[in-house]
Amino acid sequence: MVFLRILIGWHFLYEGVIKLFNPDWTAFGYLATAQGPFKSLFIGLTGESIIGWVDTLNWLALIFVGASLLLGIFEKKGALVGILLLAMYYFAHPPFPWLEQMNVEGSYWFVNKNLIELVACWVIYNFPTGEYFGLTYLFKGTSKTTNTQQL
Amino acid sequence: MKWTRRDVLKGLGGIPILGSIWWAGTANALVKSKDRSEILEQLNIQPSLPTALKTIGGAPIRFGIIGFGIRGEQLCRAIGFATEEWKEEMKVAEQETGNTQLQEFLDQEKLNIQLTAVCDAFDVRAEKVVSSFSTESNKVKRFKTHQEMIRSGEVDAVIIATPDHWHAPMAIDALENNVHAYVEKPMTHTVEETYQLKAAAEKSNALLMVGHQHRQTLSFKTARDIVDKGVLGHVSMIQTNTNRNDDNGAWNYDIDEKANEQTIDWDLFLGNAPKIPFNKNHFFRWRKWWAYGSGLSGDLLTHDYDRLNCVLNMGIPKSIMASGGIYTHNDGRNVPDVLQVNMEFPGFSTGSSQIKGKEKGMTFTYSATLGNGFNRPTILMGHDGTMELGNNLTVWPDGSSTKYAEMIEAEKMKPNIPIYHYNPGANMPDAVSSATSQYFADKGLMWTYIDGVRVNSTFLHLREWLSCIRNGGDLSCGINEGFDEAISAHMTGLSWKLGRKIEWDSAEQRIVPIEGIDFDEVLLASP
Repeated sequence: MVFLRILIGWHFLYEGVIKLFNPDWTAFGYLATAQGPFKSLFIGLTGESIIGWVDTLNWLALIFVGASLLLGIFEKKGALVGILLLAMYYFAHPPFPWLEQMNVEGSYWFVNKNLIELVACWVIYNFPTGEYFGLTYLFKGTSKTTNTQQL
Repeated sequence: MKWTRRDVLKGLGGIPILGSIWWAGTANALVKSKDRSEILEQLNIQPSLPTALKTIGGAPIRFGIIGFGIRGEQLCRAIGFATEEWKEEMKVAEQETGNTQLQEFLDQEKLNIQLTAVCDAFDVRAEKVVSSFSTESNKVKRFKTHQEMIRSGEVDAVIIATPDHWHAPMAIDALENNVHAYVEKPMTHTVEETYQLKAAAEKSNALLMVGHQHRQTLSFKTARDIVDKGVLGHVSMIQTNTNRNDDNGAWNYDIDEKANEQTIDWDLFLGNAPKIPFNKNHFFRWRKWWAYGSGLSGDLLTHDYDRLNCVLNMGIPKSIMASGGIYTHNDGRNVPDVLQVNMEFPGFSTGSSQIKGKEKGMTFTYSATLGNGFNRPTILMGHDGTMELGNNLTVWPDGSSTKYAEMIEAEKMKPNIPIYHYNPGANMPDAVSSATSQYFADKGLMWTYIDGVRVNSTFLHLREWLSCIRNGGDLSCGINEGFDEAISAHMTGLSWKLGRKIEWDSAEQRIVPIEGIDFDEVLLASP
């Protein structure tokens, strides 16, 4: 479980950092070409006044998820934000057979990598491991020691 | 509190991982961005900005439309005159496909102009203009002939969107009466007319604009900067193409059910064309016959030729060879539907990165079929780079470039990775209605993008003409550009019809004569 948490954190953090340091990066193209049931919602996010906020929130959220899962702190919150992000990615370009698949490197039928990573985040949410490996260990560890002394 | 080594490892173990990833991400992004700025610095390309035009002050410019067919209607709409039928059609299209044309039309700047007159051989079309655009204070007047309209004193300017064989006679008549003229391409139907129109335009106080609206496309202006800066090196080959595979693209337009001898003034339509009995097919699909149109060479090659003449300013080719035939629409037409054209420019150069004198000369190839819709892009092929030209621009370095040798050696440039990409529309979700519209849109013939907003280039072109009428200034497609375009188109038509090379004598400014051949007779003949 710790290993899974670190891999996912790794993935999120790297994506966030790359976007943060690339001044030309924008989610515009990804959102403008959105398909499926929430198409109009995603296209609405491309508005001139909103897109800057969308871009900033995206890299902030990516880095938050990455850092929380890697450091093992607030990991439940991190996993939740991760689920939210991945759900948005999934629904912006859903791998439904009646939609045209754009810029995908594999073949998908309802299930794609975004969905799998989303479920993995849900598992992490249910089985937090920061107490075994991560900053949470230090805090919990301290209180446990105190408890033992009392016994 | 005391931490054991085990506590530190388990509690803080994530920090070095986080640090490494952060470092890797930053380093990667920064290296990429450094390489990128190094390349951009070397290329030094300046993306074009739209030119500011003076507004049309004073009394509105009064204009007449001659020919309210497909193109005539588009031209009127481009400057603010859309029929109710079209608006209704676009509302439906907006709901069904997200088409944004109606909104764009409504958002467009309003020009200080007045549509006062119409002339069309088909009653239905003329009446449509009168009923759609008449207002209480301005009733659009229908004239039977263009001569009456031009001399009526009710128009300052005319827009000519008729079959090709009427372009020059009408434009010349307008200019001789000091009425400004906007004429669709090709500017003329014969070689002789081309000289006559040039003389008339040079003599007149009125302005002549030729309808190559893509001269307003910002990407083409940027492309000119790319070529001027020597980014591509010596361009030795240009390939341009037309690929269409639908009825509309093959000029088989709808025939109006109200069309008959009573509603169409057939003699007026024929004009100087051979007298033949009434024929609806000829009236609505005139582009398919040399008597009224000029086929691929006058209709579509002219777009591609002028697009490149706008970027390179290469002028009329030294010689042209064309071949092709009627291979996809054997339906009674006499203009070819497959055409291959080679234009030679032996003295032309876009500059060279190699030793002096090694590189000179260029071939411009135009290849067209109306029986296949596969998109073949327009490509400029230089010793140092290749550019794809359309509404977007993409430049790739050449693997054997002299100019970029060091950067390619250092792997800062790779031949298969573009070094420059210009996409002013930035993934704009376009809803384009038909295959033919998509063809024009991809080529940058329909729209340009200003600050990421799609703008109708025909609007910009007409606005430039109208603004210059009132305020003076230079036209981007005046008589000289039109002359180059028309002569090149006619040389192509002649080469195809005669099956031989046609040459241009630039000193004498004439097509090199061929003994026993009257060029205009050949151009107009029905093979």
